Amino acid sequence: MSEGHLQLARAGLYCPAGGFHIDPLRPVERAIITHGHADHARAGHGAVLASAETLAIMAARYGPEFAGRTEALVPGKRLSIGGVGVSLHPAGHVLGSMQVRLDVAGRVTVVSGDYKRQPDPTCAPFEPVPCDVFITEATFGLPVFRHPPARAEIGRLLASLALFSDRTHLVGAYALGKAQRVIAELRGAGYDRPIYLHGALEALCALYAAHGVALGPLESVGERGRELAGEIVLCPPGQLADRWARRFGDPVRVAASGWMRVRAWARQRGAELPLVISDHADWDGLCATITETGADTVWVTHGAEDALVHWCGKQGLNARPLNMIGYGDEDGIARSDTLSGPR
Amino acid sequence: MLRFAALLDRLSSEPGRNGKLALLTDYFRTAPDPARGYALAMLTGSLRFRHARPAVLRALVAGRVDPVLFELSHDFVGDLSETVALIWPAPEAAERNAPPLPEVIRQLADAPRGAAVAELLAGWLDGLDETGRWALLKLVTGGLRVGVSARLAKTAVAGLGELSADDIDEVWHGLSPPYESLFAWAEGRAGRPVTDDPVPFRPPMLAHPLGEADLSGLDPADFAAEWKWDGIRVQAAAAPAPGGGSRQRLYSRGGEDITAAFPDLVGSFDFEAVLDGELLVVIEGEVCSFSMLQQRLNRKTVSARLLESHPAAIRAYDLLSLEGEDLRPLPFDRRRALLERFVHQIVHPRIDLSPLVPFDDFAALEAARGDPGLLHGGRDAAAIEGVMLKRRAAPYLPGRPKGEWYKWKRDPYRVDAVLMYAQRGRGQYSSFYSDYSFGVWREGPEGAELVPVGKACFGLTDDALAEIDRFVRAHTVNRFGPVREVAHEAETGLVLEVAFEGLNRSSRHKSGIAMRFPRLVCLRRDKQPHEADRLETLLALLPACDRSA
Ligand SMILES: [Zn+2]
Ligand SMILES: [Zn+2]
Repeated sequence: MSEGHLQLARAGLYCPAGGFHIDPLRPVERAIITHGHADHARAGHGAVLASAETLAIMAARYGPEFAGRTEALVPGKRLSIGGVGVSLHPAGHVLGSMQVRLDVAGRVTVVSGDYKRQPDPTCAPFEPVPCDVFITEATFGLPVFRHPPARAEIGRLLASLALFSDRTHLVGAYALGKAQRVIAELRGAGYDRPIYLHGALEALCALYAAHGVALGPLESVGERGRELAGEIVLCPPGQLADRWARRFGDPVRVAASGWMRVRAWARQRGAELPLVISDHADWDGLCATITETGADTVWVTHGAEDALVHWCGKQGLNARPLNMIGYGDEDGIARSDTLSGPR
Repeated sequence: MLRFAALLDRLSSEPGRNGKLALLTDYFRTAPDPARGYALAMLTGSLRFRHARPAVLRALVAGRVDPVLFELSHDFVGDLSETVALIWPAPEAAERNAPPLPEVIRQLADAPRGAAVAELLAGWLDGLDETGRWALLKLVTGGLRVGVSARLAKTAVAGLGELSADDIDEVWHGLSPPYESLFAWAEGRAGRPVTDDPVPFRPPMLAHPLGEADLSGLDPADFAAEWKWDGIRVQAAAAPAPGGGSRQRLYSRGGEDITAAFPDLVGSFDFEAVLDGELLVVIEGEVCSFSMLQQRLNRKTVSARLLESHPAAIRAYDLLSLEGEDLRPLPFDRRRALLERFVHQIVHPRIDLSPLVPFDDFAALEAARGDPGLLHGGRDAAAIEGVMLKRRAAPYLPGRPKGEWYKWKRDPYRVDAVLMYAQRGRGQYSSFYSDYSFGVWREGPEGAELVPVGKACFGLTDDALAEIDRFVRAHTVNRFGPVREVAHEAETGLVLEVAFEGLNRSSRHKSGIAMRFPRLVCLRRDKQPHEADRLETLLALLPACDRSA
């Protein structure tokens, strides 16, 4: 499969003219990385080109030696690699997340990476980039996924905290992006008490704060347990049902994820208060974005491709699924699960 | 509608009783009349709608959504009405106009059909957000299933002020939605609602379990004893109706009106009285097993065949009212004398008297509770699950007053079983593998094999839970979705001591039996799996009539 710019190689999307991969799944010579989530940003490449924030996130996760060489690209600034014009444009997904725009002989391809269209106080908003070929993610590529405003979901968390003021509210949120967004939205809603963090979230929260994202007072949980009754504690989603959670007695288990829209999934994860807060575009966001780019060709990857390909076809667009194995979803559910459904 | 939807949404994912109660009370405190009254009616099952069959939903959504996208979504979500709620292409929030709950209820109560239902639903769906649509579809497809019993909903209403759920039960059947007078009473704004129901429910007097410590302080002469029957407790009431004729009703212990399921009994109540007794299936004077009674329960209607094969009867043990006179203030002995005379006078073929058990001392009674034959328990011994002690001087008091009535149950049966499967618990146990399926040995084609006989999830100490949790994580041999199969072989595995109240025949279980009220007693660290019990031991506990089935 090739449109002149990109082909699907063993390691993922490859640009032969420029001699680079985008978000490769295994170590390569030269990689452009859209954002810091582990399934997009892997260690061990010869050279990594990415936003300064993404490089910082990779260094925080993998150590400063995560690549042979790094180069920070300034968003919107075009450079030429082997005759291919390359520039990054904000994707609105997590801090430093970018789309990759490629142009050769006036024909433009955009690789979306992961993106969302809802406002997010912790990262630059998605910037629609006109293109001929749009390679879009489709994590929530079914019309059952329509994310409500995050502010409303945060309101539900605060209402629960008011009603169950003697129970810890334990919020499962992914360490990169989701945790900081939940915190920032809580601050936006006027919640100014300290927010307590599981150890696995601390480094990235500090990194966000160092990049100027205001998160307010944060404390580590450390050895504390029941004394955090009535407080908000954030932890990785996996810890909600782990032995670690027992220290809080009878906490209200809160899960923040786009998957929480489907009740069977929320039940399966043991979420008593499921919040529909997602880092990814919902169905309407995906459709609107595809239209906005003006692309005549759409490649759909990374999730539920079938429905979006079907929709594109009905809009008269040339669309096909791009079956790349290995991309997960940062909400913590493996991609193979997303295909088979919750049952 | 949106407030009620948000309540249902939250209730559906809240596992704890206290959590549910707090959510309900908060809702009743803040929602206005008459919406909260209709909400109460839906939660207690007083109102139930079944307008939207799956075909109606499918037709509705087909008019709005691309069929390919719908099928892909339905495959993914699984549940039809949830898929419709999620996928429904509603207008922008600003243009939506959510229908008020009372309006929805009023229109549904007019029993619209066919196209009229579809039109109504479409209009409402357009006005609601996702949670609202989900709740609406639950409401019109029958059965909210959010884990709230009628009793819990009434307890929440009582919690608005100083009332108890019993107080509410007593007036409940004379009231109807939206219960404005009930809320006014609960909030102390008005007196007890006046109803003209001639046969209201009278909250039953309940017994405490008898503890060893209680016994030493009691004088046998102060107490009468009765058998404790293995049926369900009911209240049978009949009285002249205000407009003429007679009104008859059968209530469950919880105040649920179960009249419609027992025409064989209720239709022939030609007296004016309220009886407290045990509902049983009785054939030719002999009490049958609880599993036979179970087939008569939870039915809206009942077939002539079932009436014939599973005839119901009442074994009466108290008389609460006679010819309009409230007997509850009288002492037990007086009520008992009136009851005996009453049962003899009415000569009803399906009502008999639960006999008193004469006894000299508690030791004799204690022996008889395990072996009723010792004190003339006679041929119904298999349907006896212990004895009741009732203070001769006690009036009939609703609720569970201290020191008046005791239940002295036969000791539960116990077996040693082997842990076979484990699953995470709910709520505060969701981090533990704390739901267990266990089995006992039987002879299979290839030698001894374990066959599952039950499931239980409570009764153990936190230490034992933690130990089993570790074992499960370290000895998983198979996974089926959330269920883990754990090692269970002659020498490797965990032995659980399980207590239960009885056995039912069950064709749904591989072992052919199902335990009643199984719970875990302890982890038998001293036993190897091969030392656990055998299926034959359990089968021997079945009543004779069930053993061959
Ligand atoms: Zn991502
Ligand atoms: Zn991703």
